[in-house]
Amino acid sequence: MDAILLQILNGLDKGSAYALIALGLTLIFGTLGVVNFAHGALFMIGAFCAVTLQRFLSLSFETISETEKDFLGNPLKVETPYVESWFGTEVGSSIIDWSVPLSILLAIPIMMLVGLIMERGLIKHFYKREHADQILVTFGLAIVLQEIVKYYFGANPIQTPAPDALSGVANLGAWFGFELAYPVWRIVYFCFAALVIFGVFAFLQFTTFGMVVRAGMADRETVGLLGINIDRRFTIMFAIAAAVAGLAGVMYAPINPPNYHMGMDFLVLSFVVVVVGGMGSLPGAVLAGFMLGILESFASTTWATTTIPGINQIIIYLVAIIVLLTRPRGLMGRKGVMEE
Amino acid sequence: MGILEVKDVGKRFGGLQALGDVNLSVKENSVHAIIGPNGAGKSTLLNCLVGKLIPDTGSVMFDGQSVLGRTPYEINQMGISRVFQTPEIFGDLSVMENMMIPCFAKRDGSFRMHAIENMMSEKDIVEKAEAMLVDMNMADKRDMHAASMSRGDKRRLEIGMCLAQEPRLLLLDEPTAGMARADTNNTIDLLKQISDERDITIAIIEHDMHVVFSLAQRITVLAQGTPLVEDDPENIKGHPKVREAYLGESA
Amino acid sequence: MLGLNKKDTTLLIAVAVLTMFAPFFLNPFPSDSAMAQFNAGYPDLMQRFVIFGIFAIGFNILFGLTGYLSFGHAAFLGVGSYAAVWIFKLFTYNVVPAIILAVIVAAVFSVLMGYVSLRRSGIYFSILTLAFAQMMFALAYSVLSNPKFNLTNGETGLQVYPNDPQMFHPDSMQDFPHLFGLYMNSTYTMNVGPWAFDFNTGYYLCAVVLLAVFYLAIRIFRSPFGMMLRAIKSNQTRLNYTGLNPRPYTLAAFVISGAYAGLAGGLMAAMDPLAGAERMQWTASGEVVLMTILGGTGTLIGPVLGAGFIKYFENIFSKINDAVLHQWFAFLPDGLEDFVVFLIHPFVGKGWHLTLGILFMLVVIFLPGGLVEGGQRIGKWIKSRGKSKDTGPKTEPAELGE
Repeated sequence: MDAILLQILNGLDKGSAYALIALGLTLIFGTLGVVNFAHGALFMIGAFCAVTLQRFLSLSFETISETEKDFLGNPLKVETPYVESWFGTEVGSSIIDWSVPLSILLAIPIMMLVGLIMERGLIKHFYKREHADQILVTFGLAIVLQEIVKYYFGANPIQTPAPDALSGVANLGAWFGFELAYPVWRIVYFCFAALVIFGVFAFLQFTTFGMVVRAGMADRETVGLLGINIDRRFTIMFAIAAAVAGLAGVMYAPINPPNYHMGMDFLVLSFVVVVVGGMGSLPGAVLAGFMLGILESFASTTWATTTIPGINQIIIYLVAIIVLLTRPRGLMGRKGVMEE
Repeated sequence: MGILEVKDVGKRFGGLQALGDVNLSVKENSVHAIIGPNGAGKSTLLNCLVGKLIPDTGSVMFDGQSVLGRTPYEINQMGISRVFQTPEIFGDLSVMENMMIPCFAKRDGSFRMHAIENMMSEKDIVEKAEAMLVDMNMADKRDMHAASMSRGDKRRLEIGMCLAQEPRLLLLDEPTAGMARADTNNTIDLLKQISDERDITIAIIEHDMHVVFSLAQRITVLAQGTPLVEDDPENIKGHPKVREAYLGESA
Repeated sequence: MLGLNKKDTTLLIAVAVLTMFAPFFLNPFPSDSAMAQFNAGYPDLMQRFVIFGIFAIGFNILFGLTGYLSFGHAAFLGVGSYAAVWIFKLFTYNVVPAIILAVIVAAVFSVLMGYVSLRRSGIYFSILTLAFAQMMFALAYSVLSNPKFNLTNGETGLQVYPNDPQMFHPDSMQDFPHLFGLYMNSTYTMNVGPWAFDFNTGYYLCAVVLLAVFYLAIRIFRSPFGMMLRAIKSNQTRLNYTGLNPRPYTLAAFVISGAYAGLAGGLMAAMDPLAGAERMQWTASGEVVLMTILGGTGTLIGPVLGAGFIKYFENIFSKINDAVLHQWFAFLPDGLEDFVVFLIHPFVGKGWHLTLGILFMLVVIFLPGGLVEGGQRIGKWIKSRGKSKDTGPKTEPAELGE
C-alpha cells in the first residue's frame, strides 16, 4: 500500500511538469493553431531564470578579515554577498536561501516578454504556413535558445537548491499510520502546479477574456467575424502559455539541476502527453500529464525493471503508440482538430 | 431495378436526425437530381453513397453490390466517381499528370508498385489521358500547373478526371456552386454532352433550379432528411409539397 | 541514357563527375598555405558528405514527395550501423554482407514503424515517428545493453573486440572493414607540387553507392509511383476518390527512405566499425530534415547539396577558434579586433549548433525552397539583368516564341 502510494507521489512531480508544459502547448495549439517545438525551451529558460537569480543574489564582494587568519597565517579573505551587507546578514541570507521561489516574480514578466517577442517576431508569420514549416521553424528556434543558454551557462547541470526550510523530507505516512518519507519540495511543486493549472482554468472559465479565447479555440473564424480582435488576445494567450512553461521550469530547478538540454528532453515527452490527452483538449493535457508521470514512476520500480529491463525508459512511448492507434483522437480529443 | 438503390437509409449525428428512411432509386443511364433546401441532408446522403460516412440503418446497393463498409477508394473502383462542390484536383501537379492518375487507377487498381518505369513511356496511359484532355477541350493547357487555372477550368478538369475512370455512376455535388452564369451554362452543356455521348448514369445534387431543370430526367426532393417526392421534372415544378418545403425555408 | 531524359542524364553525369573528382575539387588550396584549413578533401569528411547525401536523398523520397515529415529517420541509420557491426563481429569484415544486412534490417524496422505511424498524418505522424525513434534510442542506449542480453553495448557503442568469433575472417587479414581485400581506410595520396590529393577506397565505395542510389531516386521521381507520391502530398481526398489507396504508396515510400537510411548507416559502420546510440537521437533526425530543406525539398539534387553544405560548414566552423579569428581580423585596430572576435565567438567552434539553428530558421523563413530555389532565383536575376543590358526590354515579345 505505502509502496503504491509512494510511486504515485513520485510520479506527481514529473507529471506536474508534463501537465504544465502540455497545458501551454495545448493553449498555443488550440488558440493559434501552431505546433510549438520551442515550448520545451521556454521550460528551460524558466529554470535558468531561477539559476540567474540565485547567482545574482549571491554576488559577493571580498573583504580581508582583520581578526581571522587562514591556516597559512595570512589574513582570511571573506566573501560577503551584497544582499547581506545591504539588508543585514540574517535577512540577506534568507533572501538568498529563498531565491528559487523569489524567481517566480522575476520569471513571470520575463517569460511573458519572451513569449510576446516570440509570437510577434516569429510565429505570427507562420499562421498561414504549413504545419511542417511551423514545426521546423520552432525546432530551429529551440536549438538556438538552447545553444545560447549553453554558451552562457555551460553544458553541466547547475545545482539550484530549494530553501532550507523546504528541502527536507516529510513523513507523509504519519497521517495514515505508516512510514512514508517524501521530499518536501516535491510536495511544494505539486501544489504549485495544481495552483497554476487551477488558475489557468479559472481564468479561461470565468473571465470575458478567457471566454473569448475559448470561443476562438472552438471556431476562430466566427469569433473573428464578431469584430473581436482575436489576434491580440491570442498573443496574450501565447505569453501566458510561455509563463506557465517558465514557472514549471523555475520550480523544477531544485528537483533536477537545470542543464541546457532539459527543454528538449521534456518537449518530446510533453508532445506525447498532448497527443495522448487529445490535441486541443486542455483537461486532456493535464490528465495525460499526470497519468503518464505516474505510469513512468511505476515503471521505474525495481519490480518493473527486473521483469522487463528498461521499461521505465520506453513506457511513455509505448502507451502513446497504443493510445494513438486505438483512440486516434487521444483520450479527450475533440473531433475535427488536426484532421485531414 | 436501378443501378443505385438506397433503402431506408438513416443517419444520426448526436441528437440530430440528419437522414431518416431515405429511399432512392437511380435508373441506369439517366440523369437524376436530388434537390432540397439547406440542411435537408443532401450532402450527408452523398457522403453515405461514397463511403465517407456509414449510415446507421438501411442499405446502399450499387449494381447489386452493397457499398456499405467499403472505403471511398474501393467504392470508386466499383465504378462510382465523385465531383466535389469546390473542385478537388492535384493542384501541385500538371494538368496532364492530373489526367494520368485516374487512367492509372483504372488500369492498375488501387495500388501498384511501379517505381522504376518511366511515367511517360506508359504509352496507353499517355494516349488515353491526352485523348481525354482533347475531349475536355483542354489540350492547350496540358503542361500548366493545375492550381493556376481558373475555377471553371478546374471544374472541367475534375469532371474529365472522373470520366477518365470510365465510371458507371457520376455523382456531382453542386457542380455550379459559385459559378458565373456563363460558366454555369458551359457546365450544363458539358454534362448534357457527357450524358448523351457516354454510357453513364449521373446523379446530381443541386441548388440551382435552372441547372436541375435543364438536366434532370428524374428528381428527388429531400427535406429534413427524408425524401418528399420523387417524380419527373414537369410534375415537380408545381408540386405543393415542394413549394412548401422551399417557401418554408425562406419564411 | 539509362532510361532518363536529357536533363536528368546531365544531372546524373554532373553528380558523377563531382563525386569522382571530389578529391581534387575539395582540396583547392595547397596543403601548406593558410587557406588549407578550408580544404575538405580528406577521407573522413568526404565519406561523411556522401553518406549523409545518401541519407538525405532517401529522406527526400518520403518528405519531398509525400510531404510526410518524419522525425525518426535517424533511428534507421542507427539500426543499419548496428546490423553492420554485428556482421563484422560475428562473420566477416567484408562490407558487402554488412551493408546488405544493414539495408534489410532498416527496411524491416521501417515497415513496422511505417505501418503504425502512417495510420495518422500531419502533425500526428511527425510525433508518432518522434516517439518511435526516441523509444528506439532508449532501447539502444540502455535497455538492450544489459549483461544478460547485450545487443548494443549501450553508452560505449558497439565495436569489434579481439575475442569476437568473426567466423570467416582469416587471420592473415587486417582487422578493418574491406571490400574483398581493399581496405576501407587505405588512402593513396597524390602530391602535385604543393597540393596533396587523397584517394580513399572507402570514399570511392560510398561515392559509387551514392551514384547508384541517386540514379534510383531519379527513376523513382519520374515513375508513376513518384507521381502518386506527389499526388498524395497535393490532395489526398482526390486520390481517395480516384480509386487509389494512399497508404501502401506512403508505406512504400517510407520503407524506401528507411532502407536508404539503413544503407547510410551500414556505410558509416563500414568506414569506421563502430555503432553508437547517439546516431539515433532525434536531433540527428532533425539534422537530416535540415539537410533536405536547406538543399531544396522535393528536388533531386537538393538533398545532396544540403548534406554537403552542412557537413562542410560543420567541419570548418568547428575548427575555428579564437586564435584563428584573431589571425583573420588582425588587420583591424586592436580594440575592434577583439570586439569582432567577441561577436563571432559564440557561433564558431563549439557554437556550431547555434549557427545551425539560426541557419535552420533563416532557411525556413526566407528560402523554403532551399539552395536550389536560391540558385534558380539568382540565375533568373542574372538572366534578366543580362537581357536588359544586352538588348533592352524591347525584345521581350521575341522571347514568347521560345
